[in-house]
Amino acid sequence: MVAKDLVAASATPIVLGILAEQENYGYAILKRINELSGGELDWTEGLLYPLLHRLERLGYVESNWRSVAGERRRKYYRITNAGLDELAEQRRQWDTVVDALKEIWLGLRHGGPLAAVPTECRA
Amino acid sequence: MTPREDQQELETQFAQWRQYVQRRRELTSADAEELEDHLRGCVDELVAAGLSADEAFLVAVKRMGSLDELSREFAREHSERLWQQLVLTGGTGDPVADTRSRRDLRVMLLCAAGAAVSVKVPALFGLDMADDAPFYGVNFSLFALPWLAGFLAWRRQAGRALIGVLVALFALGAVAANAYPLADDSQSVILTAIHLPIALWLVAGLAYVATEWRSSRRRMDFIRFTGEWVVYFVLIGLGGGVLTGFTAGTFLAIGIDPKTFIWQWLLPCGAAAAVVVAGWLVEVKQGVVENIAPVLTRLFTPLFTAVLLAFLVAIVWTSAGIDVERQALILFDLLLVVVLGLLLYSLSARDPLAPPGLFDRVQLALVVSALAVDVLVLFEIAGRISEYGATANKAAALGENVVLLANLAWSAWLLLQFVRRRTPFVALERWQTGYLPVYAAWAWVVVLVFPPLFSYA
Repeated sequence: MVAKDLVAASATPIVLGILAEQENYGYAILKRINELSGGELDWTEGLLYPLLHRLERLGYVESNWRSVAGERRRKYYRITNAGLDELAEQRRQWDTVVDALKEIWLGLRHGGPLAAVPTECRA
Repeated sequence: MTPREDQQELETQFAQWRQYVQRRRELTSADAEELEDHLRGCVDELVAAGLSADEAFLVAVKRMGSLDELSREFAREHSERLWQQLVLTGGTGDPVADTRSRRDLRVMLLCAAGAAVSVKVPALFGLDMADDAPFYGVNFSLFALPWLAGFLAWRRQAGRALIGVLVALFALGAVAANAYPLADDSQSVILTAIHLPIALWLVAGLAYVATEWRSSRRRMDFIRFTGEWVVYFVLIGLGGGVLTGFTAGTFLAIGIDPKTFIWQWLLPCGAAAAVVVAGWLVEVKQGVVENIAPVLTRLFTPLFTAVLLAFLVAIVWTSAGIDVERQALILFDLLLVVVLGLLLYSLSARDPLAPPGLFDRVQLALVVSALAVDVLVLFEIAGRISEYGATANKAAALGENVVLLANLAWSAWLLLQFVRRRTPFVALERWQTGYLPVYAAWAWVVVLVFPPLFSYA
């Protein structure tokens, strides 16, 4: 399981990313997140729907109620151009974080965990 | 269970769940629908995985987590929903309510415009606002209140009999205000100017309670209406003051003097229209905002009690008599009015079934100390009148004092009985609502009988 803080921090880019694939409705978005993370990301409805509404208020997504042939009436969300811009920006930031983390993981593997700590501090 | 029965059972469960969700203020009906779709998606998947319908429902609801938590998350995004908005026209999502509120708005605008125009009608007959100030002072309530009563009667779809009674009473008011040969500087003019609005306000109250004029609950609603109306009227007045200030300042800056416009058009017409607008606001906003009059009484009841008790202690300590000058009696009348108002509006917001508490005791102290102060004042006044004779002013002030004193004395008794758990709270409420006609009767007596009684002085 991934920690709550991390789930919250990654929520916006994940939802925007899924909507960038295609327009979608709440339940299917949640299923897609489950699928992508192999069930490791624990999303609740209390996180998803208010987030969707916030993104709508900010103009990153649009919503409309309609029914696709043979299905129930549902509220579909679609990403806007502003949303795509935001996604690109979020992606740039996340890339930076991921790159930095990768560097660190790599350094640790080569030098070992203790090599990184200065000798003076060893008791 | 057959699959069809299963399906029915499931639909009932969904209906129940929907009811729960719709009770939450944080969740709109669109949210509820969206969440229901989510729940259905979840149930479908679980059924496909082999669960029975009601098992699937239970699991799906459980997965969604507690409604409290869900509402909290929604409230974080939609905090404005906790501040209920006043929806003036439409947008409630209910077409019937929307057309009704739009019609209300139109009729209200018509009545407000009517009130504003009425103020200027006498000018057509050569009555100038600057020169005939007493005429306007006496008649002002006759320009505004019939329109408010008309609006209320329209909303209640009043029958012909009620409309006839309303018209007759307003006509009587008009006759009383204008038929007597009162000198412009007589005491009677001022007395009529004060008492006619009270009498006519209670006529508007008749339009408010309409056919249920006997019902104590409806009368209490009118008392609530009055309190909220005063609050709204004062608020509109404050806004109007700002508007007036800017009108004066900006036009003076370009060398145009707007004094005549402000004093003869903006203020009188605006005030008359505000009477109707405030009434409409109270009508449409029921349930939108917490009633403010009871909140104010909660704040001020302990403070007024403290002041009155301090005053009584000071009288005893210094053994000073109360100097009853001309103004003093009016001041003490007003004090009783304030105490009565504090009592009324705490009553109006109280849960009738709640047991007596600390606040009821504070209120009893307030009423008793007001009575004690008033008895002292009455002694002084009675001596004055027997010494110098009665004038219209003194008689009116004394009469008011007696009317209020009788009300408060019996209220104090009922409050005491209530605090000692001898009588139910409703006795107090009935006493207050039953007393309303007494105010009306006294106001009409001052308006109709006093001028001839005191030979139009």
